[in-house]
Amino acid sequence: MDKKSMKGWLYLLPAILFLGLFMVYPLIDVLIYSFEEGYNFASQTHFGIGWNNYSYVLRDPYFLQAVKNTFILVIFTVPVSTGIALLISVALSSIKRLRELFQTIYFLPYVTNTLAVGLVFMILFKKTPYTDGLANLIISWFGGSAIDFIGGPYWAKMFVLCFYTVWVVMPFKILVLTSALSSVNEEYYKAARVDGTSKLRVFTKITLPMISPMMFYLIITGFIGAFKAYSDAVALFGTDLNAAEMNTIVGYVYDMLYGNSGGYPSYASAAAIILFVIVLTITCINLLVSRKHVHY
Amino acid sequence: MKVVLQNLTKKFPARGKHVKDEVVAVNDFSFEIPNGKLVGLLGPSGCGKSTALNLLCGLLKPTSGRIYFGEDDVTDLPAENRGVGMVFQNYALYPHLTVMQNIVFPLENLKGKDKLSKEEMQKKAYQVAKLVQIDELMERKPGELSGGQQQRVAIARALVKMPRILLMDEPLSNLDARLRLQTREEIRRIQRETGITTVFVTHDQEEAMSISDVIVVMKAGVVQQTGRPQEVYDDPANLFVAKFLGTPPINVFQGKIREGRLCIGQDVLWKVKGIADQEVYVGIRPEGFVPDEEGTLCCRLHGVEVMGRDISLVSSHEAAQESQVRAIINAESKVDVAAEFVRFSLKPGKVFVFGRDTEERIYYELDQ
Repeated sequence: MDKKSMKGWLYLLPAILFLGLFMVYPLIDVLIYSFEEGYNFASQTHFGIGWNNYSYVLRDPYFLQAVKNTFILVIFTVPVSTGIALLISVALSSIKRLRELFQTIYFLPYVTNTLAVGLVFMILFKKTPYTDGLANLIISWFGGSAIDFIGGPYWAKMFVLCFYTVWVVMPFKILVLTSALSSVNEEYYKAARVDGTSKLRVFTKITLPMISPMMFYLIITGFIGAFKAYSDAVALFGTDLNAAEMNTIVGYVYDMLYGNSGGYPSYASAAAIILFVIVLTITCINLLVSRKHVHY
Repeated sequence: MKVVLQNLTKKFPARGKHVKDEVVAVNDFSFEIPNGKLVGLLGPSGCGKSTALNLLCGLLKPTSGRIYFGEDDVTDLPAENRGVGMVFQNYALYPHLTVMQNIVFPLENLKGKDKLSKEEMQKKAYQVAKLVQIDELMERKPGELSGGQQQRVAIARALVKMPRILLMDEPLSNLDARLRLQTREEIRRIQRETGITTVFVTHDQEEAMSISDVIVVMKAGVVQQTGRPQEVYDDPANLFVAKFLGTPPINVFQGKIREGRLCIGQDVLWKVKGIADQEVYVGIRPEGFVPDEEGTLCCRLHGVEVMGRDISLVSSHEAAQESQVRAIINAESKVDVAAEFVRFSLKPGKVFVFGRDTEERIYYELDQ
């Protein structure tokens, strides 16, 4: 190895050490645990090796519930949040006055603590002996009857979780999209105007393709982020998510490790690996689709 | 299509709160562009030529004045309804569309009875692509084309809908020197073949002179002079126009009229009629110098640059505005390059006199 590449490796060493120790090694370890049956942290022992952990996890109704919840969350929140963020960004970039004010307002949720936001949502949606919550107040205006969003039917709880997730991820998307929109060269719009292009066509044929790399980035990170959802559910429904039927895959992993029913690192590892495979598959599909629709 | 600009004025509001700071980008611009001609709007940067072009195309609304395309008053028509084709300085080709898709883009915008079938669009696109000689490149993306090819695509896109007039903003500024020569001939040819009235903007006088039928010289929003390039060159209306046209630029001397004689420093050029005694600027085109031992203008000789066909004599004169006086003379003329001084006689048609204060042209007659 010549001197120059030695120097390069030397500079990379701290990062490699840290990543290796805290990222790569645990990853490999998790993979190993997931095949070791009945692994015990304290005694560092296990009974045998095989697919048993996976078959247990895949048959655990709590896990299946968590997978269902996570998928509903992903399928609903990613398109909705990206779509609304796009609408708001386009509106923001077409106004001149008060634009900065609105940008700040839309960005506020990003810097607000998750649990604080969760508390606010509880106040909005929770039904207590004293009040039905703000959401129910509005429903009653339209003649509906009060629904318990936090402790009531499944769809109501799911709705709150999705609503919350959309609201939390929106600021970042708006930030990215407004900057993407403002980086589109003004001359394209002028050229389109001279050629008599309708506003809708300008949007679909020029604006969207121009910001497609950013849209794609948001969709991929949106998918990954939604698959990793956990703290949002805790903020709304407390720590016993299995009882609330609102557990997510990451929540299941956590419960298996540290929850009331915890102490099963092997099952937790198997669930984590399953999540990894799901995310990997979805991201690959995304990449394949994007080849056709993302320009540059 | 004949285009008439009538007292066109464009003011941009001041950024500060003081109304007096507003910028007058185009000031009382009146001009008639004859049908089917190629017109060059020429001036230094910031002179309002691009604003004038944007007014023509409709991207900007004039503060006052009218614009007519033929008999139609288009002043209040938005850009999309004017039927103009525009070639932008950076071409503004849509990078995600192929050349073909870029060219048909304006056609796809047509609605109602003007709507074309896919085949018709493709046919038109191929016709115009042939005209600008890019029909081999239809499936490429703009990023895969050279600057000159992109320029042609931009022209094709502007031409495909058969615009009433074609506008070009600095069409050659992004090309290298060789391509620029080629492309300007190309623009001339395309304009001739289509016969579309074309207006282009440039800060390069050579470019404007070489291909325009008519040039319009602007300065600070005000039209200085209009006319055929050679006319304007041979008969500049003021010092600015004289200085702006021609390479190498005109040599300007501080001179005066004294008792019917035109003088530069101690040198008396010739007797003149019809001008009162005053301080003036004397502009002499580089090709107006003739080396002559009996000549009237005496300059200190610094050197000779041989350029093949011509030679360029670099000298200086105490009354000259610039440190160098540049004369272009025939390569066959005999000049003693080692001499300290060189004497020139001057061609009267190449010597212009301008008022010292007004910088306007003062016409004179030689008094033999």
